Amino acid sequence: MTALAHRPAPAPYAFAQSPCGGLEMEVMGAALRMRASGALLDLAHQALIVADLHFEKGSAYGMRGQFLPPYDTRDTLDRLEAEVAALEPQVVIFLGDSFHDGRAEDRLSSDDAARLVALAKGRTLIWLVGNHDADGPRRLPGQVVETMTLGALVLRHEPEPGEQPGELSGHLHPCARVSSGRGTVRRRCFATDGTRMILPAFGAYAGGLNLKDAAFAGLFGRPPLAGALGKDRVHAVGWRSLTGD
Amino acid sequence: MAEDAALPADLLPAAFADWFATRGWAPRTHQLEMVARARDRRDALLIAPTGGGKTLAGFLPSLIELSQRPPANAPRGIHTLYISPLKALAVDVERNLATPIREMGLSIVAESRTGDTGAARRQRQRVKPPDILLTTPEQLALFCAWEGARAYFEDLSCIILDEIHTLHSTKRGDLLALDIARLQTFSPNLRRVGLSATVDDPDVIRRWMGFHAGERDDAPPAVDLVLGPAGTPPIVDVLLSEGRVPWAGHTAQHAMAEVYEVIKTAKTALVFVNTRFQAEFAFQELWRLNEDALPIALHHGSLAAEQRRKVEAAMARGELRAVVCTSTLDLGIDWGDVDLVIQLASPKGASRMVQRIGRANHRMDEASRALFVPANRFEMLECQAAREAIAENRFDGDPPRVGALDILAQHIMGCACSEPFDALALYDEIRTSGPYRALAWEDFELVVDFVSTGGYALRAYDRFRRIVKGQDGLWRARNAETILRHRLNVGAILSPAVLSVRLAGRGGRAGRKIGEVEEGYLEALEPGDTFIFAGQVWRLMGVTALDVLVTPAPASDPKMPSWGGSKFALSTFLAKRVRELMFDQAHWAVLPADVREWLELQRDRSLIPAEDEMLVETFPRGKRHFMVCYPFEGRLAHTTLAMLMTRRLERMGAAPLGFVCNDYALAVWSLNPMDGVDLDALFAQDMLGDDLEDWLAESYMMKRAFKGCAILAGLIERRFPGAEKSGRQVTFSADLVYDVLRRHEPDHLLLRCARDDAATGLIDVARVGHMLARIQGKIRHAVLDHLSPFSVPMLLEIGKERVPGAAGEMILAEAAEDLIAEASS
Repeated sequence: MTALAHRPAPAPYAFAQSPCGGLEMEVMGAALRMRASGALLDLAHQALIVADLHFEKGSAYGMRGQFLPPYDTRDTLDRLEAEVAALEPQVVIFLGDSFHDGRAEDRLSSDDAARLVALAKGRTLIWLVGNHDADGPRRLPGQVVETMTLGALVLRHEPEPGEQPGELSGHLHPCARVSSGRGTVRRRCFATDGTRMILPAFGAYAGGLNLKDAAFAGLFGRPPLAGALGKDRVHAVGWRSLTGD
Repeated sequence: MAEDAALPADLLPAAFADWFATRGWAPRTHQLEMVARARDRRDALLIAPTGGGKTLAGFLPSLIELSQRPPANAPRGIHTLYISPLKALAVDVERNLATPIREMGLSIVAESRTGDTGAARRQRQRVKPPDILLTTPEQLALFCAWEGARAYFEDLSCIILDEIHTLHSTKRGDLLALDIARLQTFSPNLRRVGLSATVDDPDVIRRWMGFHAGERDDAPPAVDLVLGPAGTPPIVDVLLSEGRVPWAGHTAQHAMAEVYEVIKTAKTALVFVNTRFQAEFAFQELWRLNEDALPIALHHGSLAAEQRRKVEAAMARGELRAVVCTSTLDLGIDWGDVDLVIQLASPKGASRMVQRIGRANHRMDEASRALFVPANRFEMLECQAAREAIAENRFDGDPPRVGALDILAQHIMGCACSEPFDALALYDEIRTSGPYRALAWEDFELVVDFVSTGGYALRAYDRFRRIVKGQDGLWRARNAETILRHRLNVGAILSPAVLSVRLAGRGGRAGRKIGEVEEGYLEALEPGDTFIFAGQVWRLMGVTALDVLVTPAPASDPKMPSWGGSKFALSTFLAKRVRELMFDQAHWAVLPADVREWLELQRDRSLIPAEDEMLVETFPRGKRHFMVCYPFEGRLAHTTLAMLMTRRLERMGAAPLGFVCNDYALAVWSLNPMDGVDLDALFAQDMLGDDLEDWLAESYMMKRAFKGCAILAGLIERRFPGAEKSGRQVTFSADLVYDVLRRHEPDHLLLRCARDDAATGLIDVARVGHMLARIQGKIRHAVLDHLSPFSVPMLLEIGKERVPGAAGEMILAEAAEDLIAEASS
């Protein structure tokens, strides 16, 4: 990051807090609203975008004898349904790793599967594939794709290296860590430099990777802005306020 | 002092009597009495002060039995198992035991086994057990989870539990009690021997040591009590400092020069403090004053093990004049040369003080010498109260413990790893242990189901059971992998994730290790900041995944992170004595003049409450209104009380803004006056109902308690080969698991465990409850027009405290404001 410090100071990020507590910002001209839930709304297309749900991660551990509470899928669905009810999007786009493994769809409880079917009523579901769910769902409604475009935006699971104007991706589970004299908080976050954006993981049991981790190096043309998920709002946190783990 | 007509003369075989004689000793009465109890196959608890030949008294019967054993054709199993709370103590006792065995020419093998014992020795011990095995509760739990544990222990004749007063009221104690019950099943003739320092209520420990199968619940404890000699009472002084006693603060900086002078008069002094921060600070101060270049060392839990061992070795050789230390030296091996114990800052409890004072002078016939150094005025009262309690031989009492269900889960899994079990037989066995005496069958079944399937209402894991009930009705571990996983996660000690502190080498590489800090300790520091650690000043260069990189910064003025280390709560017993001392004006004569004046001023300007009353003061100051109450129940209980009070004050319209707590009192400040608040309603006992539940659900304390329970119960693993998790990932996922479980199954067993733990530990709800009951109708309200003398120390603490509650959101919001400022500049 030292190299960046020698560049001329770029213009400050332009963002706005929306009344719902969300954070609005443009990526390559597309108006996006980051929601405190970790979902992203594309305002022009009324598309709700969520990344890395990792359905049935709990039962994946359970099969190996580590009995995490088997309610993670239910919990993730609760939050997704709440977003759909609040925003009534026309499209719901899953940015990959929606399922924790290739057999996860089979382990969905019939109740949870029915809720996903119900979600597709009156709108389209689009499942991008990820490294955890390379084939996408087989029986659930919706279209399975590798990548897609949404106006000027390109959506894929894993961010491509180098500068990728207009890319929306997930995969890395970004987290922002902020320290002050009174303590430290570590929260899931959106990460964007105004030309691309990486979404936080939406799944109940998904872990997080610090935005200062080397895995994010080279992805942004300038130090990114973190949209850290607070209780009811997304906090815009600048690069200088972030700390590593 | 050896003779006692009641004891038969032939208790000691000739070889033993001769050995005592050649050493110029006479066996002590309690030592002979332990031999007599063993002869009758009675369980016994020996209570004797440090230096009373307690350990030998415990081993003497076993040594005699072993020396009289007829030859055998086949190798025999372990005869005596010795359990110590400390690895170092087990090794030390092994060394001490070697002397009588060698000098009497006994053919007895006594060996230690700890986490540090080499693989070859462990393997040999398994194939060819020593006669006496010295080990720790964690190793015993591992033994009990072995296949073949039953056969291994079937010859066990005696189990000796050393320093039992440090274990019985903890989760480690729960696990140990369960393993003792197991051993008793393996070897029904097993004799239990407990060794303890002086305690308030020996019956609590006697019951903890367990029952025998078929014994009635209301039967008197089956364990005989043997009392050692009282020992010479210690000489305890309180430093009446020449400088005035400060109003507030915890460092005792004002008295450091006097402490240094006292150290000069001693051969070797132990300087005890309550936190690692205080240890670093005191060490720094003493060296600043150390014109005589006295060898003064530092010892606390964050220092590298190697460095601690060096200090201990130098101490044993008599090369040190003083060691500044924390509770790491409360227990441990003998150092004959310590002749003075100094307690810097508040003692917190009488029992811990007696333990610490016992570190000086391990000879019974000479008095131990101790000096209390209060750091502020309330501590002066506390030190006086502690001094008087010790003189009267009165101690804090630990209430009898109810065994934790997370530990029970671990134990049940361990039993299944060892051999198939019958649920009813195991239930009966478990109920012979003290802490689980009252275990309900329903709870036992819940725990078995938890071990088997996770115990969720959603039966998602019935196909993946960790233990399975077979056709024969017995429960077995599912497979070898399940067993391996369990063995790697045994034990009741939760070590916080630690980072190594290392010298920064060239190119940012990590160099020599200086010590370890708990994760979070350096959180408030930025690279470039300086801090004291291991007695030196360092500059923080950076933090990597596992290391804190530092460079020496000798000349700079360090920032001081005040990290917790071990924070003890003021004991209920001592708190009561402080309240008594405060109310009894005739008693004030023992206090120095400035503290007496402070009390008199308080009496005249506000009031001094009676021992059973609670004082509440309200007064305006600046633009704020203050309410200060003085329950004297310890910081943890006060913090909980303050969280709940501010919720109520909010509803009453006082608009509280913040609060601060210490061991004696708590202060709340608000926008609106609180003079008219209905105090009986504010402190009504229903405070511990819904308000508590609401607050607890979101509380960081609950998350921490849950994580601990989840690890102990085997829900989250400490470690698995090839899948080593860093502490941080564990923290993160444990919180996620907690949130999901709380939302979807709030009555789950582990949430119940976490609530119980938080209630007795981190938030001390139990104590708040007792206090609310105590003060009903006994609240004295002083409406003042300005602050009172008692409230000054509280007000001085404001601003040093972290703001709890929504602090996380505030930190994020502030960071966002910074950004806005950045953007608009």
